[in-house]
Amino acid sequence: MTLLITLAIVILTPLAGGLLTGLDRIITARMQGRQGPPLLQPFYDVIKLMNKESMQVNTMHRFFVYAALVFAVFTAVILLSGGDILLAIFALTLGSVFFVLGGYASNSPYSTIGSERELLQIMAYEPMVLLTCVGLYYTNSSFFIRDIISSKLPAIIYLPGVFIGLVFILTFKLRKSPFDLSMSHHGHQEIVKGITTEYSGKDLAVIEVTHWYEVIISLALVYVFFAFAMPLSHLFAVMACLIVYFFEIIIDNSEARVKWQQALNSAWIVTGVLGTVNLIILSYFR
Amino acid sequence: MNAISLLILFPFVAALIIFITKNDNVRNVMVRLSAVITAILTLAVVFLYFNDGITYTYSHETAIDACIMVIEILVAAYIISAGIKNKKYLVSIFSFMQTTLILWFEFTQKNGIEVGTGIVFDKLSAIMVLVVGIVGSLICLYAVGYMKWYHIHHSNYKDRKSFFFAILFLFLSAMFGLVLSNNLTWLYFCWELTTLCSFLLIGYTQTKEANNNAFRALVINLGGGIAFAAAIVFIGMKYDTLELSAFIAMKPGAIVMIPVFLLALAALTKSAQLPFSSWLLGAMVAPTPTSALLHSATMVKAGVYLIIRLAPLLGDSSVGRIVTLVGGVTFLACSLMAISQSDAKKILAYSTIANLGLIVICASVGTQESLWAAILLIIFHAVSKSLLFISVGSAEHQIGSRDVENMDVLLGVSKKLAFFMLIGIAGMFLAPFGMLISKWVAMKAFIDSDNIVTVIILAYGSAATLFYWTKWMGKLVSKANAKDQTKHKFHLDEELPIIILAILVVVSCFGFPLVSKYALIPYLTAVFGKDAIYPINAGDVKLMLYMLSMLIILPIGFIPIHRWDKRRIAPIYMAGENTGDNESFHGAIGTTRKVELRNWYMESYFGIKRLSFWSDIIAVAILVVGVILLIGGLT
Repeated sequence: MTLLITLAIVILTPLAGGLLTGLDRIITARMQGRQGPPLLQPFYDVIKLMNKESMQVNTMHRFFVYAALVFAVFTAVILLSGGDILLAIFALTLGSVFFVLGGYASNSPYSTIGSERELLQIMAYEPMVLLTCVGLYYTNSSFFIRDIISSKLPAIIYLPGVFIGLVFILTFKLRKSPFDLSMSHHGHQEIVKGITTEYSGKDLAVIEVTHWYEVIISLALVYVFFAFAMPLSHLFAVMACLIVYFFEIIIDNSEARVKWQQALNSAWIVTGVLGTVNLIILSYFR
Repeated sequence: MNAISLLILFPFVAALIIFITKNDNVRNVMVRLSAVITAILTLAVVFLYFNDGITYTYSHETAIDACIMVIEILVAAYIISAGIKNKKYLVSIFSFMQTTLILWFEFTQKNGIEVGTGIVFDKLSAIMVLVVGIVGSLICLYAVGYMKWYHIHHSNYKDRKSFFFAILFLFLSAMFGLVLSNNLTWLYFCWELTTLCSFLLIGYTQTKEANNNAFRALVINLGGGIAFAAAIVFIGMKYDTLELSAFIAMKPGAIVMIPVFLLALAALTKSAQLPFSSWLLGAMVAPTPTSALLHSATMVKAGVYLIIRLAPLLGDSSVGRIVTLVGGVTFLACSLMAISQSDAKKILAYSTIANLGLIVICASVGTQESLWAAILLIIFHAVSKSLLFISVGSAEHQIGSRDVENMDVLLGVSKKLAFFMLIGIAGMFLAPFGMLISKWVAMKAFIDSDNIVTVIILAYGSAATLFYWTKWMGKLVSKANAKDQTKHKFHLDEELPIIILAILVVVSCFGFPLVSKYALIPYLTAVFGKDAIYPINAGDVKLMLYMLSMLIILPIGFIPIHRWDKRRIAPIYMAGENTGDNESFHGAIGTTRKVELRNWYMESYFGIKRLSFWSDIIAVAILVVGVILLIGGLT
């Protein structure tokens, strides 16, 4: 049974992530007055990449993106099977670190700068992610998602500030403008394709699939704020995820990329104000 | 004479013999031999007494006391004269003050105070003995190879190797005494000995800078020593006891808090917490084995060890809160400051101080969970940090620099060394390695005890930690300028300890459930008188071990693939200006320019000047508030 669930998560997560990305591209295109690609375009892209010749700048650097994928999958399995949210976040961080190291390992100017920026982004959003876990633990005395989503009341009631903070930093996680410093989905960034500049073919496909997992992982964090013991709430939770995703698309299309200083400042200040105040109030009432 | 006395005395005797041996080769053999014997003795002691523990006292206690007193007077005389000779009068004054205080107490007040148990060996001592004995002797072993090269590379320094090795062993002896003594005067004596040893080691090169830094270490630690001496006098006069265990068993109250505060102050200086941290940063000038020893197995661990012992008294008290806050400020400020550093040893130093801050927080929060985390942090930190220090030392020999910016060639120079360094760094902050496990439990413990401010500090500090370690790892994997590097060979004396420590880093991660089950849970249950619970869910531990296994298997699974994989190797993209060797590009007007990639240091955010100024002020303010609360508590 566990094996089946795991298998289902491993297979369905990227499908859902890919579909969302396809939807994203259509919505983005409509916002820009274009028709946009078909819904399944991300899958076509990945299949095409798989069949392309993979070139590499050295024999080492692709190892890191595969490792990043492995730990993204691992995270998804922990999260979606109701496991420990903190452990999942740690596994995800490990995956991100591998991804960053991949950029360094290619030793190319563009990807190294991309790696530095990616690291900065991780540093910017990490406190808020940890505080999200802390807040969820505060409301349920458990880090386990299966406990959190079967509590009497949804976590959002206790943690509105933490939730807004989380949505803010999800912009980093989803690689959306204004916080897509390390690599943009569009190849016209000042650092070419940033951290992924030196990847091609299968390796690039792997990066894309990893991103699909990450989209779902990010939205799973939103999900746990709304789901609780009432069965219908899971529907609301899915809707909340879609709304948040739609909101991120709007932000993506309406904001220009910021400098790293603004990215770091804003993320840490939002975390410091919303997350901290929310938690302090909560601890006061406990 | 039992095994414990042998364990304490052996390194001392070894130190004496090594000191008088002048022939290099003979001495090297003896250092190696002594290191191995120390390690074996450590294991033997732990093996013999681990299960039941042992408490006893020596029949000729007065003779030991007399010996100690004579040595104390000699040491004081040496320090006072050194202080006068070098015009560091504060050192002389501090030393004079504490020695007179202790002597006055010994001669006039101590009559009638019986010490029932001079030596206590429990589960905590066992862990400390293991850390000191194993990591310490590995560092001694490493020092043999290191010092040989050190004097070849630095021919301008006077060769005082016999002195250096002797002090290393003396240090180990003092540390064994420190973690095993239950008699506060003995504990204090060992405490002062470690101060003296670190002074002598830091000043090894006898340059002006080394001298100054050595005296700075001395003055700060002597200041802490005064607090310790005052605490002893207070405890002895007020409660008629000199036993640590008896003191800890007391009920927390306004009066008891005074010696607790004094002892905590001594511990904070020894563990280099803000505002007392400058001595540990200055200690870098010494040869690398010194730093490795100070940062991992000895010295700084003595401070946190004392705080862990005091934890039952600290807990919810105002002193406990003050110590927690000092640890918190230290953890956050030093994690941030480490970002702006490029000197590998400095990064390690800031990271040590930050991690000690974390241990101080855990210990002073004083719940079973947080102490669990604190003790595990000591183990994991000792192993990873010593590995990092000695591999940085070796890297310095091989690439001629210890600047992280220059380590991008290390993968080309010595694959092995780069790999071991990566393991050490991973051990410091990544899941599923040790430090992270402890951090995780620490976080849980802070929430459970409603220390929300520390949780937030931990969140920000961890993010900064991730940044500076990963960018270092990035340099290690980048393999730049591979062309003009010659491969170096490892010296066996250097390689062996590095390999063993790297294995220990990994093994300790697999083994922590065992440590928890057989040492931590029984110890915490005994201290608190209620059953300690294993703080990590069993399923999570399994997942962590999966992760660890994956990390081990992943690279192995990858090696064969690119043997028969016919992928084309393309030049790096440099906007079409790559000259073809991946190391230079066509610049303007036909010049060829070398590619230089630098890490981010963000001086304007995390620069030391501003941050350390403010964090020192905050730490001082917290301590002042502590004093005020203490006095307020009395009235």
